Amino acid sequence: MNHSWLERNSILLLIGIICVIAIGGAVEIAPLFWVGGTVEKVSGMRPYTPLELEGRNIYVREGCYVCHSQQIRTLRDEVERYGHYSLAAESMYDHPFQWGSERTGPDLARVGGKYSDQWHKGHLIDPRSVVPESIMPPYKFLFSTPLDYRDVQALLKTNREVGVPYTDEQIAHAKEDLVAQADPNNDGVDAFEKRYAKAQSRNFDGNGAEVTEGTALIAYLQMLGTLIDFKTYHADAPENRR
Amino acid sequence: MEKAVTPAQIGQAPWRIDHYFVSLVIFLGLLAAIIEAARSPDPRMVMQAWTFGACMAAFGAWYMKTYVGRTPADEKATYADAVIKAGVIASTFWGIVGMLVGVAIALQLCFPNFLYFPDLPWTNFGRMRPLHTSAVVFAFGGNVLITTSFYAVQRTCRARLFGGSLPWFVMWGYNIFIIMAGTGYLEGISQSREYAEPEWYADLWLTLVWVSYLLTFLGTFWKRKEPHIYVANWFYLAFIVTIAVLHIVNNLAVPVSFLETKSYSLFSGVQDALTQWWYGHNAVGFFLTAGFLGIVYYFIPKQAERPVYSYRLSIIHFWSLIFIYIWAGPHHLLYTALPEWAQTLGMTFSVILWMPSWGGMINGLMTLSGAWDKLRTDPVLRMLVVSVAFYGMATFEGPVMSVKAVNALSHYTNWTIGHVHSGALGWVGYISFGALYCLVPWLWKKKLYSTALVEWHFWISTIGIVLYITSMWVAGIMQGLMWRAYNEFGFLEYAFSEVVLAMHPYYIIRAVGGLLYLTGTVIMAFNLWKTATSGQPVAAVQPVLAAEAA
Repeated sequence: MNHSWLERNSILLLIGIICVIAIGGAVEIAPLFWVGGTVEKVSGMRPYTPLELEGRNIYVREGCYVCHSQQIRTLRDEVERYGHYSLAAESMYDHPFQWGSERTGPDLARVGGKYSDQWHKGHLIDPRSVVPESIMPPYKFLFSTPLDYRDVQALLKTNREVGVPYTDEQIAHAKEDLVAQADPNNDGVDAFEKRYAKAQSRNFDGNGAEVTEGTALIAYLQMLGTLIDFKTYHADAPENRR
Repeated sequence: MEKAVTPAQIGQAPWRIDHYFVSLVIFLGLLAAIIEAARSPDPRMVMQAWTFGACMAAFGAWYMKTYVGRTPADEKATYADAVIKAGVIASTFWGIVGMLVGVAIALQLCFPNFLYFPDLPWTNFGRMRPLHTSAVVFAFGGNVLITTSFYAVQRTCRARLFGGSLPWFVMWGYNIFIIMAGTGYLEGISQSREYAEPEWYADLWLTLVWVSYLLTFLGTFWKRKEPHIYVANWFYLAFIVTIAVLHIVNNLAVPVSFLETKSYSLFSGVQDALTQWWYGHNAVGFFLTAGFLGIVYYFIPKQAERPVYSYRLSIIHFWSLIFIYIWAGPHHLLYTALPEWAQTLGMTFSVILWMPSWGGMINGLMTLSGAWDKLRTDPVLRMLVVSVAFYGMATFEGPVMSVKAVNALSHYTNWTIGHVHSGALGWVGYISFGALYCLVPWLWKKKLYSTALVEWHFWISTIGIVLYITSMWVAGIMQGLMWRAYNEFGFLEYAFSEVVLAMHPYYIIRAVGGLLYLTGTVIMAFNLWKTATSGQPVAAVQPVLAAEAA
């Protein structure tokens, strides 16, 4: 073909460019939505509880992802350092994903349950008080800022609109569930724990009844990577072959 | 010069469609800002609304002053150059801001006890880092691209920019987007998508601005008096179009409410990860590469006064580069939960990408055939040419790092940071500085104030780059090796915190490198300012179409 056609006609050039750039993206991204096995079949995954979701919003807001990955690669040293390699299923309710790209700090994909709530609080308030080598910023203000959860129902609803399977019941009780998770003596704890499998109701920041932003962030950190039951996951099963 | 506005003068300046469009946008923008400020329950949205409202008011006041009842002098000239002058100033300003923030966050990692404030969230690393990346990539780089593309497209088409005041809307609108994004990061508004952090409302605004940019560019093609569209414009056009596609797809999200800043992305998990890195890698491929290759194909031939080396190579370079780049995104996700086939495909195309990249580098460098001696005497040309050499280096390193075995070591480490900065400081930075050094004398019709200062800029920033990238290479490889080191009992040798401690000296070297680079930019700003305000006037020789290759 004579290239001067394209050089003489801006619309032809424009269409040519669009066609050429469309191919790669279409071939690589589109199949991920329908090729079987892209997201493994696992048991244990559930949507975030309202408090965890609020904590996750704070994680996103403060830009934690710029220094912390949440994606353990299939390499021996990573599995030994951080735990079982990450499955696609583990981030299937993550809008957006938090895999990260840099480890200025360690991976957090399975940080849940590794440290106590008190450790997290001390670490977030003054990272160098518990890890002297740390270069992490201090997040003291999180524990003096009450969590603004007026819109928590809307958060759940929006997540359902983009595909997270929240039930009507979970959305209807979002506020009670949030309060119940942060207060183990709350009357709603039993109902809350029924709605969210494996969810933990604790006084995460050890600071009385007030739900702070720090409470929510610790609740989120403490559940990371704890949901999947790896006894029921078989990497070699045909449906998980990828 | 018209001073007072009389009805007769209003009659002389009839309202055109672009006046209606821009006025309507400003009016609706102000209205949206007032509604959000009054009704939103989200304090962050209220702050953003006030910021946006102030920007709209400033733009509106400027627009009325410039266009109501009068035709600005610039509109009677052959080429629309006033908007380009504004772009040069904006580029220089944002360059300094972005690099200053970069130095600040580099120092935070060196001295965390002094540069963090426990009760002040605004200045934390997590909020400042997106400010740095967006300020250098989109504010500095983006303004350079808009500015140089507006200059080159007019000269190579021999036509004035299309759309009357539409280019001014692009310039104002883009910089308002930058202000919204930057203030938003500091307030804690982020989608957590790297290099696409701004939330839904800023994304919508950018979409409007970007479509206007595309229209300005295409419209200028339609008015052209040259039969052929020059090669630099192919690259600019591919940059504009592809960025539009990437921006829209990667930012698909559902806002929690139209009165709140927060939104949730349409995709999740693995699909979202690949969409983001398809975007992220091609922000590099089309914003930081294709766009700046437009500068290579216009400014290097102009400054060297030689034609582009090979027309045929330009064609091959262009089509193979834009076809192959798009595929390379998955190399950001090797060994992750992304399916194996997509990882391998991404790695393969990343390695292939080496070829068109070097084809382009050769085309740029060989343009100096017969004019190599100018590298000794013209530091501006040297800056442009060294940028192409850095381009060659970074585009060799990139494919190497996308090989899975290498990536296993390099990923998540500061090697990636070093790689990015050899491209950003060496390639994008130098080609931009070179273009700015060309543009100020051309636009203000002055002789460059001081060539010696350009030499100082060149050498100080080159030392800065060397310190930056070598420290990050060593640190990154050390980091990767320490993470995977085993002791004689078969246990991991180092705790994560020990690796952090080992990074300290390299972080300091990096910060020094960044500071030197920033110093160079400040020297450039001074030189450009002196050129524009007090430089020697030269006879108005408008550069004509010496760079035509076809």
